[in-house]
Amino acid sequence: MSLRIFVPRDAGAVAVGADELALALGSAASERGVEIEIVRTGSRGLYWLEPLIEVATPQGRVAFGPATEADAKSILDAMISDGPHPLRLGITDEIPWLKRQTRLTFARCGVIDPRSVEDYRAHDGYKGLERALTLTSDAILADVTASGLRGRGGAGFPTGIKWKTVAQTSADQKYIVCNADEGDSGTFADRMIMEGDPFVVIEGMTIAGITVGATRGYIYIRSEYPHAVEAMNAAISAAKRSGYLGARIGGSAHSFDLEVRVGAGAYVCGEETSLLESLEGRRGIVRAKPPLPAHKGLFGKPTVINNVLSFAAIPFILAGGAKAYADFGMGRSRGTMPIQLAGNVKFGGLFEVAFGITLGELVDGVGGGTFTGRPVRAVQVGGPLGAYFPRALFDTPFDYEAFAARDGLIGHGGIVVFDDSVDMAKQARFAMEFCAIESCGKCTPCRIGSTRGVETIDKIRTGNRVPENIAVIEDLCNTMKFGSLCALGGFTPYPVMSALTHFREDFGPAPTRLQAAE
Amino acid sequence: MAPVYEPWDATRGAEIIAKHTQLEGATLVILHALQEAFGYVPEPAIPMIAHALNLSRAEVHGVFTFYHDFRHKPAGRHVLKLCRAEACQAAGGDALAARAEAKLGISMGNTSADQRVTLEPIYCLGLCATAPSAMLDGRVVGRLDETRIDALVAEAQR
Repeated sequence: MSLRIFVPRDAGAVAVGADELALALGSAASERGVEIEIVRTGSRGLYWLEPLIEVATPQGRVAFGPATEADAKSILDAMISDGPHPLRLGITDEIPWLKRQTRLTFARCGVIDPRSVEDYRAHDGYKGLERALTLTSDAILADVTASGLRGRGGAGFPTGIKWKTVAQTSADQKYIVCNADEGDSGTFADRMIMEGDPFVVIEGMTIAGITVGATRGYIYIRSEYPHAVEAMNAAISAAKRSGYLGARIGGSAHSFDLEVRVGAGAYVCGEETSLLESLEGRRGIVRAKPPLPAHKGLFGKPTVINNVLSFAAIPFILAGGAKAYADFGMGRSRGTMPIQLAGNVKFGGLFEVAFGITLGELVDGVGGGTFTGRPVRAVQVGGPLGAYFPRALFDTPFDYEAFAARDGLIGHGGIVVFDDSVDMAKQARFAMEFCAIESCGKCTPCRIGSTRGVETIDKIRTGNRVPENIAVIEDLCNTMKFGSLCALGGFTPYPVMSALTHFREDFGPAPTRLQAAE
Repeated sequence: MAPVYEPWDATRGAEIIAKHTQLEGATLVILHALQEAFGYVPEPAIPMIAHALNLSRAEVHGVFTFYHDFRHKPAGRHVLKLCRAEACQAAGGDALAARAEAKLGISMGNTSADQRVTLEPIYCLGLCATAPSAMLDGRVVGRLDETRIDALVAEAQR
């Protein structure tokens, strides 16, 4: 009997030795004369256990991890004999960290072979497209709107409205663009789904295409993600071979073609208009809005531009799940959010859950605190443009509006955990420095403000006229927030001001204490 | 494995450019393809791209210089990129970056005098749950600690 063993090909697993482990398993099997089939999957998202490998058993898949090359022989023996092993984690689906999740978007990630259309279909893939092909454009739009899905890139704009705008705009050519320029530190959900379940992204984009009448699509992937580029290209080829991309999709009258384009190391290209400029072959300079991309987008044509996770949520919704999706969540944040726990965290990884879970539950309960074992002092939510939250605000529920009410943002759902050794003035400086490096240069508040911000925080850190310079920073942040053209300059004040507001002690003597001393 | 690049050759450059001119918005695709072949984008290629795409030389130069990825000159034999973004900072990345700089005797963004190693910052490899992370000639490495960064540096110096 041949053993089916699943070894992730996900970059996060490869970075900690999954490729070497796969090779070692192969040679251990031939030494033993055992026949094995190694399936390279995506990651289940339990990164502290990576490389996490699984074996198919009659009871379900059994997991082992974190495994190294050196463990290959003993793990293989335990797999063959169904015996005990120190790294044996039991039935994968029963691992509490995984079981607690609500995996709608990530249901197949880490489970299927990301290069096989057949495997995708065997796990409910393409059901959404098949149903969409029987519906009118209006009926699809009604489903997307009913699901309550909002843009998962960070802005949270209702997806149904965006699609409807493009559907109602007439043009000889329309485009679907997938924003896979996942530049935020602490986020990796786009990378994971592209590497682990790329067909779900293709299916979501195809549904968008038939809904709005677009026949061409682009996936703009950042160059820092070579594994994702490879996985998407392989999946696109497979989908073309199976008739799921190209002319007359699935025998219907619709045509849709897809191409991957690779970025070139510019963070600002994650901003949608800058991304469109870059796709057109130009400098990634932000465009002023209006016109909206829905009216004049790629090459001036009506364009649906959505984040990877927004497209990836669509197949579930169109497969009859619109109401089920909307039943999850709180307030105006409907459905689930793939949350990413990163940085100095004990149990880091991807945790997909309904909106409404509190920050504290996520950091302490799910994440288990820091891996250094020191107390959690701050968490940055939403990438380099997201606010730093102190423990005092850990009761904030994960919800677009609740975070906004506390001067933060959920962004793309990344949470970076810091222990008590963090210097928050240094983090504030980094936010300004990063903005200065990555600014496209079009608007003054961002281009100049970020550089002045670095200089001013440097003065504060050396104790130079601290109260006066803090006032300068506050003023500067106000100018950047309200005067910048896009979120890069407009949101850099979030990490800076939150560090200043919640961790004032890191910025030299507080003004009140200074006044008292005088 | 260090990547192997061809020496600049105008005929070969023209061939690479011609292969992509029919694409919509081809400039970045062409720049990537040239860099993949030659290890950098040689100066003489800029007017060639401009001519092929019916753009001004200034426009192509503008695109070339906007993006961090494109190189004006060849990098060292090995390129070591260390993630310097927040998640890796939280996991002790700053100290490891300083250690790599000290071991190599160069600061971030520079190439060692013997042309063996280019050390560069990168802002997020998306390996934030196995931080700190790095990339050596396209190979990703996570959960860096002092031992691992020393091994990576030694490998890059070979």
